[in-house]
This record gives sequence, C-alpha cells and structure tokens, in this order.
Amino acid sequence: MVEVNAGRRRPSSVVSLTRVPELAGWHREGDEIVLGACLTYADMERGELAALVPALAQAARTIGSPQIRAVATLGGNIGTASPAGDTLPVLAALDAVVEVAGRAGGRRVPLLELITGVKKTSLAPGELVTAVRVPVLRGGQEFLKVGTRNAMVISVVMVAVVVDLDGQSVRAGLGSVAPVPVRAREAERYAGEHTDWSRGRLAGPAVARRFGELCAESTAAIDDHRSTADYRRRAVAVCAARALARALPPLEA
Amino acid sequence: MTETVTYELMVNGERRVVEGSWLGESLLFALRERLGLPGSKNACEQGECGSCSVRLDDRLVCACLVLAADAQGRSVTTVEGLTGADGDALTDVQRAFLDEGGVQCGFCTPGLVMSVHDLLDRNPTPDDLELREAISGNLCRCTGYGRILAAARTVVARRGEASLHESEGPA
Amino acid sequence: MTVTGERTATAGRLGHSAARPDGVPKVSGQFAFSSDLSADGMVWGHVLRSPHPHARIRSIDIGPALAIPGVHTVLTADDVLGDNSFGLEHADQPVLAHDVVRFTGEAVAALAADHPDTARRAAQAIVVDYEPLEPLIDAEEAITAPPIHPAGNIFRQLVIRQGDTSAEGEVVVEATYEVGMQDQAFMGPESGLAIPDDDGGVDLHMSTQWLHVDRDQVAACLGLPTEKVRLTLAGVGGAFGAREDVSMQVHICLLALHTRRPVKMVFTREESFLGHVHRHPARMHYRHHATRDGRLVKVEARIVLDGGAYASTSGPVLVNACCFAAGPYVVPNALIEGWAVRTNNPPCGAMRGFGAVQACFAHESQMDLLAAELGMDPVELRLRNVMKSGDRIPTGQVVSGAAPVEELIRTCAAVPLPPLDPSPAVMSMPGGSGRTADPARVRRGVGFAVGFKNLMYSAGFDDYSTARVRLEDGVATVTCAAAEVGQGFVTLAQQIVREVLAVDEVVVAPAETVTIGSAGSTSASRQTWMSGGAVERAALAVRARVDAGEAGPIEETYEHHHPPTFPLDENGQGVAHVSYVFAAHRAVVDVDLDLGLVRVVEIATSQDVGRVLNPLQVTGQIEGGIAQGVGLAVMEEIVLDRGLVRNASFTDYLIPTALDMPDVTIAALVEEPEPGAPFGAKGVGEPPTISSSAAVAAAVRDATGLALPRIPIRPQDIALA
Ligand SMILES: Cc1cc2nc3c(=O)[nH]c(=O)nc-3n(C[C@H](O)[C@H](O)[C@H](O)COP(=O)(O)OP(=O)(O)OC[C@H]3O[C@@H](n4cnc5c(N)ncnc54)[C@H](O)[C@@H]3O)c2cc1C
Ligand code: FES
Ligand code: FES
Repeated sequence: MVEVNAGRRRPSSVVSLTRVPELAGWHREGDEIVLGACLTYADMERGELAALVPALAQAARTIGSPQIRAVATLGGNIGTASPAGDTLPVLAALDAVVEVAGRAGGRRVPLLELITGVKKTSLAPGELVTAVRVPVLRGGQEFLKVGTRNAMVISVVMVAVVVDLDGQSVRAGLGSVAPVPVRAREAERYAGEHTDWSRGRLAGPAVARRFGELCAESTAAIDDHRSTADYRRRAVAVCAARALARALPPLEA
Repeated sequence: MTETVTYELMVNGERRVVEGSWLGESLLFALRERLGLPGSKNACEQGECGSCSVRLDDRLVCACLVLAADAQGRSVTTVEGLTGADGDALTDVQRAFLDEGGVQCGFCTPGLVMSVHDLLDRNPTPDDLELREAISGNLCRCTGYGRILAAARTVVARRGEASLHESEGPA
Repeated sequence: MTVTGERTATAGRLGHSAARPDGVPKVSGQFAFSSDLSADGMVWGHVLRSPHPHARIRSIDIGPALAIPGVHTVLTADDVLGDNSFGLEHADQPVLAHDVVRFTGEAVAALAADHPDTARRAAQAIVVDYEPLEPLIDAEEAITAPPIHPAGNIFRQLVIRQGDTSAEGEVVVEATYEVGMQDQAFMGPESGLAIPDDDGGVDLHMSTQWLHVDRDQVAACLGLPTEKVRLTLAGVGGAFGAREDVSMQVHICLLALHTRRPVKMVFTREESFLGHVHRHPARMHYRHHATRDGRLVKVEARIVLDGGAYASTSGPVLVNACCFAAGPYVVPNALIEGWAVRTNNPPCGAMRGFGAVQACFAHESQMDLLAAELGMDPVELRLRNVMKSGDRIPTGQVVSGAAPVEELIRTCAAVPLPPLDPSPAVMSMPGGSGRTADPARVRRGVGFAVGFKNLMYSAGFDDYSTARVRLEDGVATVTCAAAEVGQGFVTLAQQIVREVLAVDEVVVAPAETVTIGSAGSTSASRQTWMSGGAVERAALAVRARVDAGEAGPIEETYEHHHPPTFPLDENGQGVAHVSYVFAAHRAVVDVDLDLGLVRVVEIATSQDVGRVLNPLQVTGQIEGGIAQGVGLAVMEEIVLDRGLVRNASFTDYLIPTALDMPDVTIAALVEEPEPGAPFGAKGVGEPPTISSSAAVAAAVRDATGLALPRIPIRPQDIALA
C-alpha cells in the first residue's frame, strides 16, 4: 500500500487474503505449530502462541506500531522478503518450513530457500504462502533488535537465538546484516560444544562473548543510511552474546 | 485515471457508496476526498504517523494502508463518528485533550483520540509504559506528548471515579 | 518571582489556561487544515523535482505528460508569468528551474490533472535531459570553490571583535563541533488551494507562517500587483520555521491562472522533506580561554553554516549563531567569525532556535570541557560566569532587560535526580522493545546546558504587526494576520481582549491579507510580543473610546513596531537586538555502553518567561520544544549522500515517539517582567529547543566519558569509539 500511495506500484487487481479464514489463526500439530499466513503480529504478541514461540512474540512486538501490528501479517513479512523483516531471523533460527500453494498445487520450502535476495523470493507467479511450520522447542528463546528509536523503527540489526534442550543445539538467526536472513552455523556449533547440556548452562561467560564474535563473522553487513557495516557487526556480536547468555545462563567462570 | 470501481462502505454506521474510484485508492483517500470526511489526517500515507487512525471493525488501523475497496462489508469508525455520553458532542477523551492542553496544531489529534479510545476500550487502567506503547504509532511534533499522556491519564481517573460513584450507588 | 502553580486569574483572561477557540473543531476532526480544502471544478497540482543535486538541463519534453488524459496543463520556466525567482532575503531561487538545478528536489515543472494519481503519472512522463554536474557538497570548500550560482557561494560572512582579541587565558580548551541537518517535520504536509478570480487575480488558501510576505513573493512571480493576490490562512499543521519560505505557493497560483480552475496541491511526506528548508548543518571550531579560577577571558569561534542551494534566511541565521556564540556568560574578549555558504545540498533556513541551537551545542560543550580541565563542577563554572542584566553580549550590546540566568541555573540544577530503578522494565531501558539492554552495561549520565537567543527580528529589520479590534453589541472581533500554527496565538488574542475590554465574547477573524496589514512572521518567538502588543493597543484604543462614553460599534487598528535595531558594523558591533530569552536544561540519560543506544530519562528545565499568560500553553511549548531538542541530540538527521537525500520519509527520518520522549520537569518559570514587552511577557516557543540538545549530549558524555563532538549522537559514535 505504501508503494501504491507513492505511485510506485499501480495495481490493476488485488487479492484480499484476509478474508480467507483458513489462512488466519494458528494450530498445533504434534511438535509443530502451523502459523497461518494471515496471522497478524498482534496475534503473535501475546497469549498461548507467545508462550510457545517466545522469540516470535518478541519480534512481533518490535514491528511498526500497534496499528501496523493489528493488520500486517506473517505471510506479508515473508512475501516482502526485506532484509529488515523482523520475523525472518526467528523463522530462520527455528528452521521454519513454508507452505506454498499455487496453481500447480502445494509445496513445502524451508524459509532460507524461499528467500533468495533483497525483496526476492522463489515464489512463482500465482504462488502464495499459506502457512509456516515451526517446531515447539524446550529451551530459551531470545529476539533482540537494534534500532535508533524505541518504537516504529526499521531494524539496524536483529539477532534471534533459539535453544533446543532436547536436541542439544543452539541456533542463531541474524537479520539486516546481509541480503537474506543468515544462520550463524559456526557460532551455533561452538555454542553447542561449550554448553553443559545436563544443566542447561553455558560453560562460562566467555562462551557467550565468543559466540557473539562468531555470529558477527558470519555477516555480510553494509553501510547504508541507517547505519554502518562496522556498527552492525559490533551490534551483532553484542546482541548475540547477550541473547545467548539470557537463553543459556553461563556457569560462573 | 484508469479503470474505475464502485463499492459500498459502512462508515460511522451509515452505508456510503463510493463511485468512480480508482482501485488503488486507500481508505484514507476515499474518506477524505470522496466521502467528505477529512477528519482522518494524511501526514505520511506510509503507516508511519498514525494521523489517519480509524477503527475497522474491532481494530485500530492506519486508513492509509487499507485499500478502500477492501474495506467493503466492514464497519469503519472515524473521528467524525465519535459521540460522547449523555448528549455531549464530545467524548470524554476529546474533553480531556482540551482540558489538559493536548491540542496544539491539532493535526495529530484525531488519530491520537482514536488511539486513546482504542487503548482504554481494551485496557481501562494502563500503566505508563502501556500508555506510551499504545500511542507510540502516533507521531506528534508539537506537544512532546506530555499533555496527551496527561489527557489519557485524566480519562482513566475520571472513568474510575464515575464507576466508583456508580458502584457506591445513591447515598 | 518564580511561579509554581497557577495563580488566581479570571477564567479566560491573562494568566489563566484559557481554552483554545479552535480546540473543539480540532478534537472532533472538523477543523479545516489546508489539506482538507476543496472547491468545485478543482484539479490537482503536482511538481516535478530534480533527482540530481547539480545538473544542467539540456531539454524538457512535456509532450508525453500532456498526452495523458486528464492532464490539464504542464508548466516550465517559460510559463512563469512574472519573475522566475523568489526568496525571503534574496530572490535567488527559481520558481521552476530554467538552465541548472542546484539541489535534489528543486522544482523543474508544475502540472495540474484531474486526480492526484494522474498528476503523479504525468510527472513521471515528463522527459528531462540532464547533464549531471559535480555537486559542491562541502561547506568549507564552498568558501573558495567556483560559484555555483551567479550570486556567488557566500550568503553572509561576519566577524565579531570584542575587547582585546589577542588576550590569552591561563587555561585554553579547544575543539571542533558539528551539528547535522535537522528537519522541522511538522505533521500537516504543505498544502494549498489557489482559486483564480475573474479579475485576473487569485485567491490563495495556504498554510504558512507569514501571509503578507508570501503574498508579495507570489505577486512578483505572477507579475501581478500585490492586491490581486489575496491570501487567507488555511489550517496549519505545525510549522517550526519550515513554512516561512515559499514552497508551493507560486506553483499552485500559476497553475490556477493557466487552467482557470481551482488547483489544490498536497505534498507527500517525501515532497515535504524535499520541498522545504531545514536547520543549517554547522561546523564550529571553538577556543575558550579562562583564568585558573574559572573566569572566561576570551571566546574564539569559527562557525560555518551550510546554507544549501539558495539563500532563504541563511544570513540572519548566521548573525544569530555568531551573536549568541559565547552563550549567556560574561565574556570580556571575543573573536567570532562566521560564514553561511551555498552548496548543492538542500536549502536551509528557519527552524526553531534559528542559529542559536547550533551555537549552544558548541558553547555548552566548551563549558563542560573547560570545567573538566579546571576540575570544576560544570554548574559552578556556569554560575561563575553567568550573564546578568546590564552585561554585554560580544556585539557590545547591553542586555538591558530581564536576564535571570542565575536563577534559571540554580532552580534547574536543584531538581532532585530521578531515582534509579533497581529492576527496570525492558521497555524503559535503552533499546526499548528491542530488548537489547543488559542492565549491567547501562550507565546513567547527567548533563546541564544553558542557552539564549533574541526575541523578534534583528539587525535593522522593520519588524511590526497590525491588529484591529472591533467592539459591537458587547462582542469583540480581532483581526490580525498573525499565523496560528498551533502555538496558540488565537487563544492569547482572546485573552488579551477579554482582559482589556472586560468582555466575554471575543471572535478571532480569519487571518488574511485583504483587510489588514502584515503581522510579520510567526517565528523568532515574536507573536506574543508583536501581535499580542498590537492587539492590546488596538483594544486599549477601543476602551478609551468606550470610557469616553462613545456608543455603537467602535473599531481601532494599531500597527505595533518594536524599538529600532541596527545592522552590525564591520567589527560585528552594534545594537542589533531588542530582547533576549533564556532557558536552562538538565538531562538525565541511560546509555547502553556497548550498543550506543540512549534513553533520555528526564529533562528538567527552568525558563525565563517574563510573565505566564497561559500556563497550559507555556507547558505545551516547553514540552514540545524539548522533544525537538531531544530528537536532534539522539536521532534526527537528514542523511545526505553526495547531495542526495537518503531518508525523506518518516520511515527513516526518525522523530521521537511517546516511548522516546522523557518526562519533563519544569523547575521554574521565572517571571521577571520584561521592560517594554506587552504584559512583561516574553515569547516561550524557542528556548526549550535551544539548550535541550546540548544538555542531552552532555549527559551522554557524562555516561560514556567520550568527547562526542557531533549531534545527533549516533549509536556507532558510542559503540565504536
Ligand atoms: C509503517 C510500517 C512499519 C513497518 N515496520 C516493520 C518492522 O518494524 N519490521 C518488519 O519486519 N516489517 C515492518 N513493516 C513491513 C510490514 O509490516 C511487513 O512486511 C508485513 O508483514 C506486511 O504484511 P501485510 O499482510 O500487510 O502484507 P502486504 O503489505 O499486503 O504484502 C506485502 C508483500 O507480501 C506479499 N504477500 C502478502 N501476503 C502474502 C502471502 N500470503 N504469500 C505470498 N506473498 C504475500 C504481497 O504480495 C506484497 O508483495 C512495516 C510496514 C509499515 C507500513
Ligand atoms: S497517514 Fe496513515 S499513518 Fe501516516
Ligand atoms: S499537535 Fe501538532 S502534531 Fe500534534
């Protein structure tokens, strides 16, 4: 709509997805949550869903304003495929799988394969996101977003850290630091190896710091009018370390 | 203009027909330019200022981000559709904005009035952060928000007193 | 002398928080802002703007635009009916660019069409062949660079020499400071409606700050006598300086005359950012000399303001920056040099604080630096040098009116500090809902700043306002062309007339240029004094006739001039100002040391007001002005990349939201009546913006220990330092 108001896009037809009831809402299927594409951020922010996928709720609360969150949808965040899409690092960290429907039928694609570049997806013309599947995990989840204002701000950096106590893994999704959401695999491996999984604690505070540095190394940040590449790398390191230390409190050094 | 469309909107409880409109028009444009309801304001048309806030069914939205044709069959409430209790033309929120000095240039005011109503309908006793978060999508450049927050707090207090009196019953 | 609460005042009169006459329409959505106007047969105007900061126009082909159904006319420089140039101080800006464009956003063509979308498409269809030229983007370079305009690159150069310019202090501190380009970012976008008349003239309904000067500029560009341009003020959604210059006024009038139809234009937010002047970015090199016991010996300053492509008010802004460069202190010796220059950046002009804001950031940063060097408390250092009534500013002019600076500093500094929250909610820490804060890495800082500036126009400008008061059947009507931009002049006008004539019903007639003379601009914190004074005197004249027993309708008009001022001489000396106003601010901030995110916790302030005429309006001006100061300190900046504006939207030009704006504690409104001022009252609009940015910057320095010589302070300035 922003593009239409500014005359940059001129629709000759529009599809209103919000009236399709199957796309709204969410439900649980075993160990998975199925999030409808028309789920709004307001729906994600609180209630039972927020307890099941806290990082998603934390991300949702940082998006736009209450008025935006009342109507803007998860499907829209994916469809927009902006490097600054706030739910995307969370979905990346959760290994979310996107359900796509098109004339030729449906398919399931991992989020990281669906998003191919700045505002680019592998969706074929006529294809729609109908739902997103994310796992229900036992373990801490943290989403941190850096912006230069306390509300209504486009991310300068985002970090999502998800701990899977049962699978004994740490996963990190980073945003606004590359054309597409980034998984910090090296950092994840390092954190996994330096966690006392029997107690659910990091081996020590230095682990969080090193994890942060490794996360920063996995970025391809750039300078733009919102910030600089150097700051973004620093902010990723700081936020990732803080996120991990909250999700897996370190044992004393 | 290219192809035009005609549709019907339910605005402030009245059926209104929009004729000859271009499909790309926002609800804000339709309200302001086609239905003679300029109370909802147009400070950005990008969803970034909240001056166009209206109630769409039970949700507060930015009218500039809603395709007018997509609002068919829904109920739209704008600032023009607000009325106070006991025959007062103004609501308690509008009164409080005046009493507390929440209005300067007034461009943000209709949107903020809608936001404060929306908040207090959902949460009658917000704390300071809840209040600030609820209006964080409404930019005001004149007031620094101080008098607007004061107005919202005044409404909370007045409603609290009123319900207290009610529950106490006639002496 | 300090008011704490509201004193007894008669409802609706002076001293009382009288209700705004436009309040009910504004809360109910009935108030007609300029963007709400319409007329039968109206078409939509639109302006095509340059995408280049500097380019030669080889050719313009409007054919493809004219071919679009619904397009009524497309105008270029050749269609301008009168002078193709306008400007407040110097008419150096083309109405429509003819051969060269000098900034991104410069108007190249104007058109009218049946729908805003058609108009936008038509603008996109115009083919302009540009030959891009190297943009001149550095203000320092512009001083010596080849001229980019026939009038040269230097708008104004100024030297102020006071006392012994070779004096040396025992202690010297020196630094270079920078202020980024701030935008007024009012909410109501520029908009207007021009209606052609049968007599060849035009009725213009416009949101502006200065009706008569708009009219004069428009008439010259239309080639019409001034009386054929009739301007009526349409509802103004904030101004803050950005509506002092002409934006679309000439364009819509030209379109109306060419199409013979009413033409409405409403800027998008992007056009608004590109289409009005901004606050001047400044580069300021300072050297303060002091004795070892903390007395200022000399201030040396070199101030360079980037005026952008056209003159606007760059000259007077520079005069202000230089006159107030040393702050409200006793400075026996001074050498202050200033330049305001032309570049290919967006034009800069008036914004709340008008040159004093930039200088204040520098002089207050210097005072802190000096305090640190001397091992002295920063507040104590300020008190030791504080200006009093009877002292001189560096131009040699004596501050003859009220100057309660010491009381401002003492009362503001005495406010108890807000308590540290032992377990703060995440929303109330730096980073807010982004949940980034680690309480162990958050530091609190406290900063203090004092600032001052002139009230009214200075340096020889014949500044006046005209008002008429008519009393008939117990109802008074005020006519005055003072632009109500939100500040509350309409309320004040009613209060004054009620007070003087002891009537209850006072009607404020629409501001226009047909039946009344100029009221001057709603800027320089001058309307309370100038137009308030004009209304008072017109009302007094009416009362005199009532007292003399006259019956029937009585009408009096008064033209109120302030005492004359004079241009500065070649040493920057002279009586250039009428009166000064002062404020002090103390900021408390929390800073995330690792991420560089700042949360402003509280601003305490004391302000010199002369007399409180409407307590609620004074509070509103103070809180709103502080919000703009906080914004400049930590987030607001027009980001330029080789002359291109990178953030012309509210998505990326960030102004404080309710979650960013701290609580404001008003420690004292110091009421020391100003001699010569109507009711003893001083304007209150600008002081809140002057020193609040400097106070926030000082607080962030206190928290971080960093020098931070530039505002806005960006997260990377802290995190990567
Ligand atoms: C003022 C403002 C502030 C914002 N702030 C943020 C922010 O802080 N963080 C953030 O991440 N985003 C932000 N956004 C972007 C926006 O909120 C998201 O992209 C949002 O999720 C869009 O949802 P929507 O339902 O409105 O989608 P639409 O705007 O309707 O669509 C957006 C795009 O996605 C496509 N699309 C929509 N649904 C689907 C689907 N089911 N399948 C495939 N494609 C689809 C559309 O075709 C379109 O290209 C902001 C937007 C605005 C206007
Ligand atoms: S006009 Fe709709 S949010 Fe600004
Ligand atoms: S009162 Fe002017 S923008 Fe809020």
